[in-house]
Amino acid sequence: MTTTPTRTRPSASRTRGGIGESVGRPDGVPKVKGEFEYSSDLHVEGMLWGATLRSPHPHANIRSIYTSDAEAMAGVFAVLTHEDVPGRKVYGMEIPDQPVLAWEKVRYQGEAVALVAADHPETARLALGKIRVDYEVLEPVTDAETAMSEDAPKLHLSGNELRRVDVRHGDPEAAAEVVVEGEYEVGMQDQAFLGPESGLAIPDGEGGVDLYISTQWLHVDQDQVAESLDLPPEMVRLTLSGVGGAFGGREDLSMQIHACMLALHTSRPVKMVYGREESFHGHVHRHPAKMRYEHGATRDGKLTYVKANLIFDGGAYASSSNAVCLNAATFACGPYDVPNARIESHMLYTNNPPCGAMRGFGAVQVCFAHEAQMDKLAEKLGMDPVDLRLKNAIEPGMKFPFGQEVPYPAPVREILGRVREIPMPDEQEAMGRDLRELPGGVSNTTHGEGVRRGVGYAVGFKNIGFSAGFDDYSTARISLSIEDGEPVVRVYTAAAEVGQGLVMVQAQIARTELGVENVVVEAADTRTGSAGSTSASRQSYVTGAAVKEACEKVRERIFELVRDEFGESDELAIEDGNIISDGREIAPLMEILDDGEISEIVEFHHRATHPLDENGQGDAHFQFAFAAHRAVVEVDVELGLVRVVEIATTQDVGKVINPKALEGQIEGGIAQGLGLALMEEIRIQDGEIQNASFTDYLIPTILDMPPVKMEILELADPEAPYGLKGVGEPPTIASTPAIVAALRNATAMELGRIPVRPEHIIGIPKKPPDELPQPESSRYSGIGRLEDRRET
Amino acid sequence: MQFLQPHSWREALEARAAHPGARPIFGGTDVMVDLNFGRKRPETVIDLTRVPEIREWNREDGLLRIGAGVTYTRAITELGNLLPGLAMASRTVGSPQIRNRGTIGGNLGSASPAGDALPPLYASHAVIEVASTRGTRRIPVGQFIIGPKRNVLEPDELIIAFIMPEAEGPQQYAKIGTRNAMVIAVCSFGLALHPESRSVGACIGSAGPTPIQPRDAENFIEDVIEEHDLWESRAEIPASALDRFGVLASEAAMPIDDVRGSADYRRHAVGVLARRTLTWAWNEHRGVAG
Repeated sequence: MTTTPTRTRPSASRTRGGIGESVGRPDGVPKVKGEFEYSSDLHVEGMLWGATLRSPHPHANIRSIYTSDAEAMAGVFAVLTHEDVPGRKVYGMEIPDQPVLAWEKVRYQGEAVALVAADHPETARLALGKIRVDYEVLEPVTDAETAMSEDAPKLHLSGNELRRVDVRHGDPEAAAEVVVEGEYEVGMQDQAFLGPESGLAIPDGEGGVDLYISTQWLHVDQDQVAESLDLPPEMVRLTLSGVGGAFGGREDLSMQIHACMLALHTSRPVKMVYGREESFHGHVHRHPAKMRYEHGATRDGKLTYVKANLIFDGGAYASSSNAVCLNAATFACGPYDVPNARIESHMLYTNNPPCGAMRGFGAVQVCFAHEAQMDKLAEKLGMDPVDLRLKNAIEPGMKFPFGQEVPYPAPVREILGRVREIPMPDEQEAMGRDLRELPGGVSNTTHGEGVRRGVGYAVGFKNIGFSAGFDDYSTARISLSIEDGEPVVRVYTAAAEVGQGLVMVQAQIARTELGVENVVVEAADTRTGSAGSTSASRQSYVTGAAVKEACEKVRERIFELVRDEFGESDELAIEDGNIISDGREIAPLMEILDDGEISEIVEFHHRATHPLDENGQGDAHFQFAFAAHRAVVEVDVELGLVRVVEIATTQDVGKVINPKALEGQIEGGIAQGLGLALMEEIRIQDGEIQNASFTDYLIPTILDMPPVKMEILELADPEAPYGLKGVGEPPTIASTPAIVAALRNATAMELGRIPVRPEHIIGIPKKPPDELPQPESSRYSGIGRLEDRRET
Repeated sequence: MQFLQPHSWREALEARAAHPGARPIFGGTDVMVDLNFGRKRPETVIDLTRVPEIREWNREDGLLRIGAGVTYTRAITELGNLLPGLAMASRTVGSPQIRNRGTIGGNLGSASPAGDALPPLYASHAVIEVASTRGTRRIPVGQFIIGPKRNVLEPDELIIAFIMPEAEGPQQYAKIGTRNAMVIAVCSFGLALHPESRSVGACIGSAGPTPIQPRDAENFIEDVIEEHDLWESRAEIPASALDRFGVLASEAAMPIDDVRGSADYRRHAVGVLARRTLTWAWNEHRGVAG
């Protein structure tokens, strides 16, 4: 990783482990050694095992549910249905439309219908088999376009259109000298986190419950669980357990209410762990999309207009589809200066699995389309694709098509220019290489035959944090005290560490602000106020700011004590546990604090955002992050197999907080983008998932993931703590279109759908036998058919 | 569930005879997946890992007799020079952990058309030795596997070993997957040149209900080689004949559309793999790199 010093940094503090250092993960070694306790490892004596009965049908009426046989089984302690939900029978973050347990109707395959608690997981599994549900199977609505039609069955009382966002900008009749059109499709990607949904609910004996859980947002879970249990929130306490990845897939509830219901019903602790197959049914996925685009430009390559019609399959329930629909509408044109735009973004209910949050959140789908369009336009204009992008790059002070002024920094031109300058990988002779450096890898499909190289570029952007009027805040409490003769800082937040590294960021900020090396980041729980969600790349910014401000308050109180005691008037600082004034150590912190504890709590709210108006106009977002990617691929054009040779990327992060963690986010995000480009898709047929396992839902392995060259820009956002920008999502957005652009460059195929399959790359003919050499053809002559040869 | 752990082959056969529905397990890389997914819940499982006889391999009457419990890792490290095709196929199986556990006998027991070890066995005309308390019989691999996940093993029989000749010429194995490692075959192709018997063995994997030997392709290329006296001259096989070999292999495939790939793609890819593997093997026979 190279970092471009584009801003002056504060002089280095003497306190080790502050911001800017590659502080290691506290849980890194235990995770590598297999000793880390994930939520699936939780255990208490006497606990029961919960299990979920799920609908085998994507669409059916429930005539009856018969539970007596299951209840009669030895070892079964509870069998619960919708009738046993104590409070609100539905849940959902944006629109509570999803049944805790289905009644009357199921709307997707895998919908939860009944629960069992038993003394052994196998008993629970067998008991599920004894519950009899009488279904009247209905025809499922299995794609979004069908759901839009007038005669489609209404899946919800509100109709099938869950959300529509129109963005109208400039002249609707704008005409252009050069026009390109395209249709693009994105398949359903899964977050594919490795730790399945799991948790442990422990009744407190007084009607309340403690839930130890893997989640992205403790407080939104707490609110929904409490509503459905009909308890005040303070009687439902959540503690974050070891989370094995999230990527958006843990923003919605899975087994939270279920485990608590079973625990309260049986007065026993209840653990639930999904298996891998169940996990594929138990969380939301990335929205499949169909997108029709038209770009108009002048002959010299200035964009005149963009028209786009976006259709997203939201699946059976709302999840966070509303926000995805808005995001897609606002990012549909890409980070370009577009004078006229007409965007329609439609979100539909279907009987497919519910879709919701996933890394990139609406920006991923449209980036694939708008970047393909830019390439198409460049080709039609005879322009270099990067030059075309540079010519149209948006800049601070301009307006996005949704009416918001582009804030500083928005270095689209700079990241594109720089990514092009990163040295290209050497091109070695394909014949005779190590198999691992060829498409197909160790599967030995080519020794160099048919291998062609291609290069592609893409740039993408996305909002950081929650948008459109949402009060997106975080809470942090910082305490400073003396323990065993040493100053110790404790950081209390409810922010979920899901593997991304916030646990280091919080400690680094506290060390930097308080000059104390010994910082303990306490386990996240609901005793501290909400930190908001670990999503939208927002925690470093929002919880980071809360931690920073709370530290500043603590520090100010220390300085007050110093001023009172020493009458110092110079500027004070704390370094390595000592009070510094004008470069001199004047006292150790220990002396100032004595046995006292200084504690401050801060609720940080970032600048307000606003909903879009009826024309899709408004200051909807508060920060934007940009990344550009260049992909070099090699394609076996006879077999359609691909090796990504290298990804080069430039990303503006405002300020590097932890270089190693940043590198990890960028590489991981690119791996997920590569997965979407080449292999990751939940295949659905008639509403049913065909590949609910890691046998057939493929994610990239180390042999699929290329080396990444990265160049990091640090253009400080004046409103953000340390100038930082969220970093988690941008690597996932433009990496996918860059890879597909490189494939097009290598093959000259259209490739309008991702993931790209081998058969798309080679453009497999409808009936291959017709392509085989025929007796008349030149390839055939001289050899002849076998039977003929035998006869002669 | 009853878990039996015989310590000798005799005990294993007796256990199998006493529990005809029992599921034998060795590496567990298929059996445990079935158990975990709840697809199969046998009353009895017979763990064969403590049976020394099936973990060995040796030479017998000029052939190699390889115990059903030899893992993919051992096929690579111990048999790589003797059976290069099987070793190449073994390298494409799963991850190192899977290769350490999974066995070639397990591939025969599962009888999946996608079993990576199977095409090399077909291409070298392996014979499967099965046994029960009633006695022992040997069955050519092509007759042993009779359908998708179906073989001719009787309920009281166990696979003890497979027997095949040491490679007398170049061998190849190529496999299509939609990622570059740890993938189940979309389709595959195994090939073995037998210069002494002047024959070519070939087998298509994962593009039909069983592995398929493309007899027409084999016969065709054998004829071409004979006609041009290529075994001795070691001259190039004409490009048109390599193409034709691919076409005939492609025509022999009987693939279906599934979540891993389309039938059309499989048929096409089998042809490409057939042509390429024959080219590589023949180049090796000629002493030419590539």
